[in-house]
Amino acid sequence: MNAIAGWLRANLFSSWPSALATLVIAWLAWRLVPPFVDWAFVEAVWRSPNSDACREAQGACWAFIGEKHRFMLFGTYPFEQHWRPALATLILVGLWGFSALRRSWHWWLGLVWTVGLALIAMLMWGGVFGLRYVENERWGGLILTLILASFGMAFAFPLSILLALGRRSRLPVLRAACVAYIELIRGVPLISVLFMASVMLPLFLPSGLTIDKLLRAQLALVLFAAAYLAEVVRGGLQAIPHHQYEAAEALGLSFAQRTLHVILPQALRLSIAPLVNTFIGLFKDTSLVLIIGLFDLLSTIKVSLQDPAWSRFGIEAYLFACLVYFAFCYAMSAYSRHLEHGGPGRRMRQS
Amino acid sequence: MKTLFAVAAALTVVVGNAHAQSTLDAVVKKGYVQCGVNGGAVAGFSAPDSQGVWKGLDVDLCRAVAAAVFGDANKVRYTGLTAQQRFTALQSGEVDILSRNTTWTITRDTSLGLNFVGVNFYDGQGFMVPANFRAKGAKPAAKADAKGAARTGITSAKQLNGATVCVQPGTTTELNLSDYFRANGMTFKPVVIETLPEVLNAYFSGRCDVFTTDVSGLVSSRASRAPKPEEHIILPEVISKEPLGPAVRHGDDRWFDIVKWSLFATIEAEEMGLSSKNIDQQAGSKDPAVQRFVGATGDIGKMLGLDNKWAFNIIKQVGNYGESYDTHLKPLGFTRGLNNLWTKGGLMYAPPIR
Repeated sequence: MNAIAGWLRANLFSSWPSALATLVIAWLAWRLVPPFVDWAFVEAVWRSPNSDACREAQGACWAFIGEKHRFMLFGTYPFEQHWRPALATLILVGLWGFSALRRSWHWWLGLVWTVGLALIAMLMWGGVFGLRYVENERWGGLILTLILASFGMAFAFPLSILLALGRRSRLPVLRAACVAYIELIRGVPLISVLFMASVMLPLFLPSGLTIDKLLRAQLALVLFAAAYLAEVVRGGLQAIPHHQYEAAEALGLSFAQRTLHVILPQALRLSIAPLVNTFIGLFKDTSLVLIIGLFDLLSTIKVSLQDPAWSRFGIEAYLFACLVYFAFCYAMSAYSRHLEHGGPGRRMRQS
Repeated sequence: MKTLFAVAAALTVVVGNAHAQSTLDAVVKKGYVQCGVNGGAVAGFSAPDSQGVWKGLDVDLCRAVAAAVFGDANKVRYTGLTAQQRFTALQSGEVDILSRNTTWTITRDTSLGLNFVGVNFYDGQGFMVPANFRAKGAKPAAKADAKGAARTGITSAKQLNGATVCVQPGTTTELNLSDYFRANGMTFKPVVIETLPEVLNAYFSGRCDVFTTDVSGLVSSRASRAPKPEEHIILPEVISKEPLGPAVRHGDDRWFDIVKWSLFATIEAEEMGLSSKNIDQQAGSKDPAVQRFVGATGDIGKMLGLDNKWAFNIIKQVGNYGESYDTHLKPLGFTRGLNNLWTKGGLMYAPPIR
């Protein structure tokens, strides 16, 4: 009993401000949590073939998620073929999980990705092995969000390293080009880049020649993210002490060797936290594609809400979106913390 | 470098072909109609259902064209379009038909390079009020009959003097509203709120007496958002013209004809009493008009460059205009109103098919 009182005093009531904060938070929790639990669980409706039971109830209408979850997760993909995007989602998440393990950081990881992406493409498009062909206008939901984010990161990251190196280059034309690119893209909102890609670009192309809408959005995301990531990488490069460059030069290493073996490993190691920050931002930015009519996870949820029978259950729908986005973003940030505390280059920081 | 030139040359050839080809040929060659619908989903017009299948009045128009061209209403692919994208998508050839609750205006018909094929829904701005509405400026009704009289009190927008009106900004809706009140010598207090969910919250929570937007919007908001739909009425006055219709690109008359007459066929069928349920037995009818319609006599289909059973296929697979309306719009609380046949007091009128 004494131990508990002691712990309470030490941790919760050690001073007047601390005691006040404890009391305010306890009061808020007491005011907010029970009503939420009541709404979300006790009074909630879990099953309702149409929305009638929900309209009567005081609590949350989870039956709405039950009715619409297939559409929210897979969009307008043919209903009886939903196992295909489901499997593709699992493969993509599995690929990321697998690549996160230190054990799999070998040359054959590239091979694993090639095979994995080929599998995903085969599942999503079909047209082989008796799978029905599904055009990518019908892709939607979670897999679309994941594809946009994954390819966005995978292509923007290398591009950003080149841009960051270019910006610090001694060649004036290259440097100016990189600066211009970064500043131009950073100077406009993502929405306008997406609009350019989806509304302006087709007008410049000769009539009859159209580039796929998904590809245009993907390209816009890559170009946009690369500009932001480039500045993060440049921050890492600037943090490398000058003597590292000089020492590498004194060893007679070429530019490529210096960059690949000495500078970049340290610079990237230093910029893990802001890099992941930008990745998380990009993951959530993919939801902006709804303004150009692509059905990512957030747009399928919005469209589900247009169904007159269910359109009053917006809170439930957006909570569902929150949960999905949080799961992915939290996984990314947890992994970045893990990397920071145990990745290569730890010794450098300690010395 | 040589390969680059070769690729460029090949590309030019492809592009050249695409330009010379008519839309019908291109559609037949690729095997489906590419249909631009509302990506934001508007219940009853174009929205995917729980299974991800596009449904609605605008969707049915595209299905009708596919039925006419291919004899199979399912040979349609849908592109969800936003308001900003829709015209570019049609101009650049990304879609073959724009069927996305788009208002027919002279600017769009001429300078934007569209051709509207007709009207599949007559919309217009209207007013919704609570059934027990009494404007704040108006004299309170006698206490004695407050209950009975107040409930049936309002019957016309002319009684809205002094009302507080919820409206979304930046649209012609706002301008029409003030014009209408000024023209009728009435005053109002606007409550301007940007997004639809918020403006609806404001109205249903009683922050304003009146909500105004297009009648189609009023009807579907009432069905979906009102705590008790029967407690709100939509006044009969419609103060603006919003004819919504499908559009095609300028400069391809044959495709224009096909889409136009696919729409007319659904309207004409309703007038003739042909529906998806009875078209099979009616096909054997002696009535010459029906025989022409189903393609038993004459060669109307050939004149369009289609199979002679084009109209039969539309009605068989998609249904007539009234059937589409009843399937998609009636459950939301829409009445036929202006969208009834001209023989029943509406504006739906198809030129004769002969």
